[in-house]
Amino acid sequence: MKPDSIFNALDISHYVYLSCVLFCIGLFGVLMRRNAIVLLMCIELMLNAVNLLFAAFSSYMGDASGQLFVFFIMVVAAAEAAVGLAILVMVYRNTKSTDVGFLNNLKG
Amino acid sequence: MQYLSVLVLGLPIEFLVLSFITILCALYVVTNKNPIHSVLALILTFFSISAHYIILNAQFLAIVNLIVYAGAIMVLFLFVLMLLNLNKDSEPQTKMGWQVAAAIAAGLLLVVLAASLHKSSEYVSRNPVEGVGLVKNLGKYLFSEFLVPFELSGILFLAAMVGAVLLGKRKSNEESTEMEDKAQ
Amino acid sequence: MNPLSLIILLPLLGFIFTGLLGKKLPEKITGWISSGSILASFVLSLNIFLGLKSGAGAFYTKWFTFLSVSDLNIDIAFQADQLTSVMMLVITGIGFLIHVYSIAYMHGDEGFYKFFAYLNLFVFNMLVLVMGANFLMLFFGWEGVGLCSYLLIGFWYSNADYGKAARKAFVMNRIGDLGLLLGLFLIVQQFKTLDYAPVMQQIRTGGVNPEMVNLICILLFVGAMGKSAQIPLYTWLPDAMAGPTPVSALIHAATMVTAGVYLVVRCNAMFSMAPAAREMILWVGLTTSIMAALIGLKQNDIKKVLAYSTVSQLGLMFVALGVGAYTAAMFHLITHAFFKALLFLGSGSVIHAMGGEQDIRKMGGLKSAMPITYWTFLIGTLAISGMPLLSGFFSKDEILASVFASQPLAWGLCVGSALLTGIYMFRLFWVTFHGGFRGTEDQKHHLHESPALITFPLIVLAVLSLLGGIINLPHFITHSGSHALENWLKPITGESQLNRAIPEHTAELILLGVAVLVFVIGFLFTRSKYLNKGNIPEDDENMAGTGRLLANKFRVDELYDSTFVSGINLSGDTMGKTEKGIFAATMSWVSVCVNFFSGLLSRLQQGKIHFYIIAMVAGLILLLVFNLYK
Repeated sequence: MKPDSIFNALDISHYVYLSCVLFCIGLFGVLMRRNAIVLLMCIELMLNAVNLLFAAFSSYMGDASGQLFVFFIMVVAAAEAAVGLAILVMVYRNTKSTDVGFLNNLKG
Repeated sequence: MQYLSVLVLGLPIEFLVLSFITILCALYVVTNKNPIHSVLALILTFFSISAHYIILNAQFLAIVNLIVYAGAIMVLFLFVLMLLNLNKDSEPQTKMGWQVAAAIAAGLLLVVLAASLHKSSEYVSRNPVEGVGLVKNLGKYLFSEFLVPFELSGILFLAAMVGAVLLGKRKSNEESTEMEDKAQ
Repeated sequence: MNPLSLIILLPLLGFIFTGLLGKKLPEKITGWISSGSILASFVLSLNIFLGLKSGAGAFYTKWFTFLSVSDLNIDIAFQADQLTSVMMLVITGIGFLIHVYSIAYMHGDEGFYKFFAYLNLFVFNMLVLVMGANFLMLFFGWEGVGLCSYLLIGFWYSNADYGKAARKAFVMNRIGDLGLLLGLFLIVQQFKTLDYAPVMQQIRTGGVNPEMVNLICILLFVGAMGKSAQIPLYTWLPDAMAGPTPVSALIHAATMVTAGVYLVVRCNAMFSMAPAAREMILWVGLTTSIMAALIGLKQNDIKKVLAYSTVSQLGLMFVALGVGAYTAAMFHLITHAFFKALLFLGSGSVIHAMGGEQDIRKMGGLKSAMPITYWTFLIGTLAISGMPLLSGFFSKDEILASVFASQPLAWGLCVGSALLTGIYMFRLFWVTFHGGFRGTEDQKHHLHESPALITFPLIVLAVLSLLGGIINLPHFITHSGSHALENWLKPITGESQLNRAIPEHTAELILLGVAVLVFVIGFLFTRSKYLNKGNIPEDDENMAGTGRLLANKFRVDELYDSTFVSGINLSGDTMGKTEKGIFAATMSWVSVCVNFFSGLLSRLQQGKIHFYIIAMVAGLILLLVFNLYK
């Protein structure tokens, strides 16, 4: 049995608020944590919040482009995570620490 | 067609439960000192988000989310954590002032975002379609309208792979730099 | 091609040719080509003169429109009427003679070709001045001759004093030019045009504000003061003797300094409506004439005496202009050109023979060594002193008679000036050419008559000085051919010319008699003092009293120096100091400010990631809030 769309009962604004909350939690994490890995994870969280919003709108409007865009965001997130972690490993090799507070040589 | 579900507070119960789990896990990710716990909490978050995708009629996305995000990326994170052997003790602590500033910034942004997007539902047309998230449907659009981004994403992956491999390569002779001394 | 354009262009081409190629060509070719261009201009001017004489109207040619703004229309145009043709003949004729003279005089000088280039440029500018059809062309030529004067006075530039003299001439000229410019501006404002004909027309038909015309005339005269070396702007002329002698002859005797006189005669319609200006001209001219004559009495440099003599004679010309005797002034201008050029060229010949010596106390007894120079110099001296029947006599008599007819007091002073002229000129003559030779042995051996190229112009000018009087003979000599110049210039000066009623026989004879008496007194007095008694002027140390005051030129130069020059220098220094102080302070203040703010701004770049992200978030919040409240 095909499932009915949840949007027969729900308004899009609820998903908007949910997505905003997740985004801001992720942002809070980015600002607060100094461990580089957890930082990257929080960025993934923010990306996922956006994904959720895209999928919600796509389902709401019946347009498939939203979900395809999620697909591409995931692509980018995966690539970014891979490269970011590689860089992080390099930094760790040089500084023996994952603290981003040490990376301030570019100060003016 | 009528939507068959239990309504609590005017909202379908699955939506409420899933949202609750998602937010709770997200908070756990952000606040926990132990990075491994953070990773595990993030995996749980991804699971709940996938569940959200299912109730949103985006089945393909749900599965892909699980496979790619929870299955590959998080595993990658775990590997790196293991490699670097990080645990609760070596976690750097942010100063109190920064924490307050972070909280204020994030909170403000939440308020402002919510206010901006408050009436957004008036600008979109509600038009739920039955099979919008099925593989067949998505594939149809992916290989016709979005063919170029699709190919480009392949190249992007190639570049990321090559980059990651090159970056991760250990040089034959490594001297210790001043950064190391600073870290001590 | 229009002869007017050709006359103007030939000297200019000569300038370009000698300037560019003269360095590589032999001296003779450069000299003769540039002289040839002036000769060609002279022949063409003669043509125009004869054409005008046979009844043709004034010649006119327009090259192009220079400026055309609302009402004002200025063309680059040239004209040749009777007044202009006379000036053209004088300029090109005497110019040619001096070019020829210079070929021999400047022989061996390393700047030979430059000299001729400058001379040609000068003739070009002078021709533009007199042939211009509007005030702008006059001004163009005016400035051009000022420039050439500067170039030529400082010709031997390696001597710093000569350079200073050149600068002095230029600066004083400029001061006068300011007055001229203001006058031109007022002319534009009053008459809405700069062309001669419409301006004179408007004046004759009336309807112009006489106050403004007065002011314009005074301002134009200020310009003339600078160019023609009247008080107070005369001190540059004696110093200008630093230039080579042909320059002194051409520029500072015959042509440039007469530009002021030309200007006034050209604007005679304006001046006849401006009694205040004419009064001013009269008294300035008179004072200049007497003061310069007094100074000349005690000068011992042969060229300086002649310089002060020029200033004095110019003063006399302006006296004539002041009473409205325009023809008399032009007449004296022409005859003065003849004998003053002659005197200068003769002095050049003497200096050349003496190997560069210019002090007359070291000369003497040159009569036997340089006969041609001697006789021509004598003719020049007689002419300037007013010996009867020579050219100078007639022109001076004309002036004196005109002055007597309007202002007898001024006449008395003019007679005094004439007397002084005779005295200092003959003093110069006797001391230089008679008595025993007072120079060194070396110089004595070197003494010789000058080459033909030098003596030929001297002879020509001597003949002209002798016979020049026929241009404007008075009535008592002949009735038919008299006043030829006056009749010739009638189209220009007709209505403004002082109408000097032919005085009765007795009055005229008395005036004549006074003139002759003055000449005779001067001649005899100086002959007894300097020739018979063998007096020579004292050495510098032995001068005393009024003699020393005169010898020091009334200390006018020192006066100028202590007031104007040091004043300007002082203000310049103060300005320099304040400017340095203010500018340096401002610049350093600016740099301090920039440093301060950049220091503040650089604190934004801490290198901490969290700071950047918080900044980004803050910016985003602001953006959204702004959007919300729009």
